[in-house]
Amino acid sequence: MPKYMLIMRGTDEGQAAYAEKDFSEVIAAMGRYNESMMNAGVMVAGEGLSDAAEGAVVDFSEETPVVSDGPYGETKELFNGFWIIDVPTRADAVEWASRAPLHGPGNKIEVRRVNGTEDFPQDDEWIQKEAVWREQLGTN
Amino acid sequence: MAGAARDELSPGDAGAGRRAVEAVWRIESARIVGALARYTGDFALAEDVASEALADALEAWPRDGAPRDPVSWLMTVGRRRAIDAFRRRAGRDERYAALGRDLAEGGAHAGAAPLPPGDPDLLFDPDRIEDDRLALLFVACHPVLSREARLALTLRVVGGLTSEQVAASLLLPVPTVQARITRAKKTLAAADVPFAVPPAAERAERLGSVLQVVYLIFTEGSSASTGDSWLRLDLAHEAVRLARQLVQLVPDEPEAWGLLALLELTAARFPARTGPDGEPVLLADQDRSRWDRSAIRRGRAALARAGAARDGAGGRRGPYGLQAAIAEQHAVAPSVDATDWARIVELYEALARVAPSPVVDLNRAVAVCMAAGPEAALPLVDAVAAGGGLAGTYLVPSVRGELLTRLGRTAEARTELEAASRLCGNARERAVLERKAAALATGADDAQADGAPVSDARGA
Repeated sequence: MPKYMLIMRGTDEGQAAYAEKDFSEVIAAMGRYNESMMNAGVMVAGEGLSDAAEGAVVDFSEETPVVSDGPYGETKELFNGFWIIDVPTRADAVEWASRAPLHGPGNKIEVRRVNGTEDFPQDDEWIQKEAVWREQLGTN
Repeated sequence: MAGAARDELSPGDAGAGRRAVEAVWRIESARIVGALARYTGDFALAEDVASEALADALEAWPRDGAPRDPVSWLMTVGRRRAIDAFRRRAGRDERYAALGRDLAEGGAHAGAAPLPPGDPDLLFDPDRIEDDRLALLFVACHPVLSREARLALTLRVVGGLTSEQVAASLLLPVPTVQARITRAKKTLAAADVPFAVPPAAERAERLGSVLQVVYLIFTEGSSASTGDSWLRLDLAHEAVRLARQLVQLVPDEPEAWGLLALLELTAARFPARTGPDGEPVLLADQDRSRWDRSAIRRGRAALARAGAARDGAGGRRGPYGLQAAIAEQHAVAPSVDATDWARIVELYEALARVAPSPVVDLNRAVAVCMAAGPEAALPLVDAVAAGGGLAGTYLVPSVRGELLTRLGRTAEARTELEAASRLCGNARERAVLERKAAALATGADDAQADGAPVSDARGA
């Protein structure tokens, strides 16, 4: 079954708007959304990311990668978290994405299909190693 | 309810528009049919008008673009159609005239909650949505219906598949599916089946039927009994989603968790179950590194929940929980040789006590062969054959053929395998049996001779 990743992406503007909201309301809205996906039997994973300011960016534009603190320098769009859902078609994934409790300018969800084993040559040595790692990690 | 941002619903792209409407329907059909059934007190009518609303949406949305709030749109159309239907019937029966007036004015059908006027979103009582969903499952899986009707109706109203999708996944013509659904609705109406979660006294039996329907949908999807399509993933995964929905609705039922565990653990093997040309690969020959590890993790977690729910409720393990426990033994084993076959024999013995069947006995015999050798297993297979419960199927000769091969009784083995291939209705599985028989005929060193394992009666 195809899996899709719903990637939360927002600009500073979108982030700032959420920072002003009542945190318990934000949690409740997200909780209701997650519950609807659990009740529909489609949710398989999801994580949220902490403040981008605590992170770092490694930039490969130059021959030697350049590391800088915090979010992307010029790009104002941040990757803030994701869900992985088990749905039969891209249209279902888009429909679920459109129901996320995100509102206002600067908030986006990108919908991407997660590669499965069928997307890689199974006789490749590294792909076979990866299968062993997945067994250890309990992920697919 | 969000909804304005459907990128696939730009007017003009009919295919994408259709897919987007279908996606909304898959998510919302149970809620819409459930709410309409509760408010009209008439499941058949609710299903009719909901289907009409879907048909309208499939025509209007791709043409005009998606409404801002698709669910309200569907509910409004469904409700209006219900009112029309009551008014049409009013010509024959004054009772319907009153119902139609009540429905239009927001009054209550006798015994049902009052219908709020205006905003159709108010039809969704948040405290009732889960009850409605559960009632819908119980009604669609009602024992008064034939097994075929239960499958079609459940896929349609709970799974949110269109008639065309139900037909395609069950390999049936669309009119056959439509006729089954129509007949099912008439049967429910004739039997006066109320739209409700069954009372406590009936609950265990009715839940049993729901579990069975979800299980049958899964097996329909994972091994077609006829035809070339050995694996129909979509239907099997639809069943997994239904099982996940079910445990959310009845979290205290051990067998609901057991069923979910069984389906997750079985589906985990799908990526390894077919070879490059679509031919089936038996459990023994599967590349276990291709098993879906996250599905195994979910299956094992569900099995643990089944145990916890059973501890809470008391009672012994049910057939789904036991089958899941067997699947778990395979899932955790690094190889066929390193599988705890003695444990699997015990689990099959327990399964034979709670759900006796010749298939279980045959699978137990296969496990005995793996645990103690073919000599110990052959009398058990012969007992199944003598019982006659599997007469006319390929199962007994196929297992018997493999045991005889391992015992070096080649001529007898070939006769059995040839008999099995003649009886097997699935083209792909038949090819496997023919290959095995042919290998014996040419005197080639068969894989079984070096102690390779015997596949169980359910194949992979």
